[in-house]
Amino acid sequence: MDGMHDLGGRQGFGAIRYTPNARAFHEAWEVRVNSLYAFAVRLGIFNMDEYRHAIERMEPRHYLTASYYERSLTSLATLLVEKGILTREELERRAQGLFPLAAPSAPGRTNSPARERFQPGDRVRVRDDYVPGHVRMPGYIRGKTGVVVSESPDYPFPDARAHAVESQDEPTYDVRFRSDELWPHSADAALVHVGVFQSYLERVA
Amino acid sequence: MPDHTPVIKRTAPVERRVDAIQQALDERGLKATEAVEELRELAEEQWIPQNGARVVARAWVDPAFRERLLANGRAAVAELGLSMPKHHRHLVVLENRPTVQNVICCTQCSCTAFTIIGLPPDWYKDLEYRARVVRESRTVLKEMGLDLAPQVEIRVWDTTADTRYMVLPVQPPETIGWPEEKLAGIVTRDGMIGVAPL
Repeated sequence: MDGMHDLGGRQGFGAIRYTPNARAFHEAWEVRVNSLYAFAVRLGIFNMDEYRHAIERMEPRHYLTASYYERSLTSLATLLVEKGILTREELERRAQGLFPLAAPSAPGRTNSPARERFQPGDRVRVRDDYVPGHVRMPGYIRGKTGVVVSESPDYPFPDARAHAVESQDEPTYDVRFRSDELWPHSADAALVHVGVFQSYLERVA
Repeated sequence: MPDHTPVIKRTAPVERRVDAIQQALDERGLKATEAVEELRELAEEQWIPQNGARVVARAWVDPAFRERLLANGRAAVAELGLSMPKHHRHLVVLENRPTVQNVICCTQCSCTAFTIIGLPPDWYKDLEYRARVVRESRTVLKEMGLDLAPQVEIRVWDTTADTRYMVLPVQPPETIGWPEEKLAGIVTRDGMIGVAPL
């Protein structure tokens, strides 16, 4: 989905709030959230792709104002409710207040029927796909051309696995793009490497 | 007048929302509280940047290890007793050179090789870094205190699949000949993300 989470290349953001070697956690509840979602994954209640997608499904107004670990908490709660482990009513009764959840999911999809094996040096284009469900193609590479640098081992296909759709594992390719190709005349010069699933790619003749 | 007044409900404070889930899972016999303690120990005491620092220091002093690390990161870090979650199937180690600066990010969320370089800090997961670093890399690095010479090429790595990355910084020349343990002491998480000099 073209959601709020897909931030790469968006403009208008201010300075990075950087302090050297900042801590990962600030409050005890953040550590608990991190542990609880990892625990649910370990129990097999949901997988990492479902977890990521439930964060992406948060309404933009909530997504932008929630802290990182509140987003994590919202995904955890949404999936526990969707999987029938808990109900929203129970959560709100226990929490004594509203418990905002992510919006419902759109359907997923399986692998592309026209997958190709690529070699380092091959020129590839990112397919012009608009996907209503989970997808791990950042919007800024859609339709763009790059060069394959290497292949990673086969991974579960996230567009399917976030939606309990049958699919085959497939490789991802490290594809190198020039920033000037991604944002012509509107980016600092750099090479941008993106891990791209095979289904998202087509060969450039 | 009706005898009931509408109840204005507010969003529960985040801590109470966490309590609600933890208690509800505990009451179903899922032992969430036990798991929280076990996973807290992992997150706070074992998934720390000192792991990656040991890897970097070893690569600086042992050229054969460095080659293995660049060829297959996951297998090489296992030699040092370090492991990665099942879904991190591949660790790619990005070697900085005097004319090449690698920097890693996750524009869509927060993916990192967290068992090796530590869990990511706020700024890495914030909207600003995610939106800007792929498009305004040199500007962003300069703002963060890393002012690169114009001839240095920047390579940004967006963690959008389940391959994970870490940066192998250039060894500062004044540390040549130091023992491995002392070298590990100068390697920081931010250096392994690629946003800070050592």
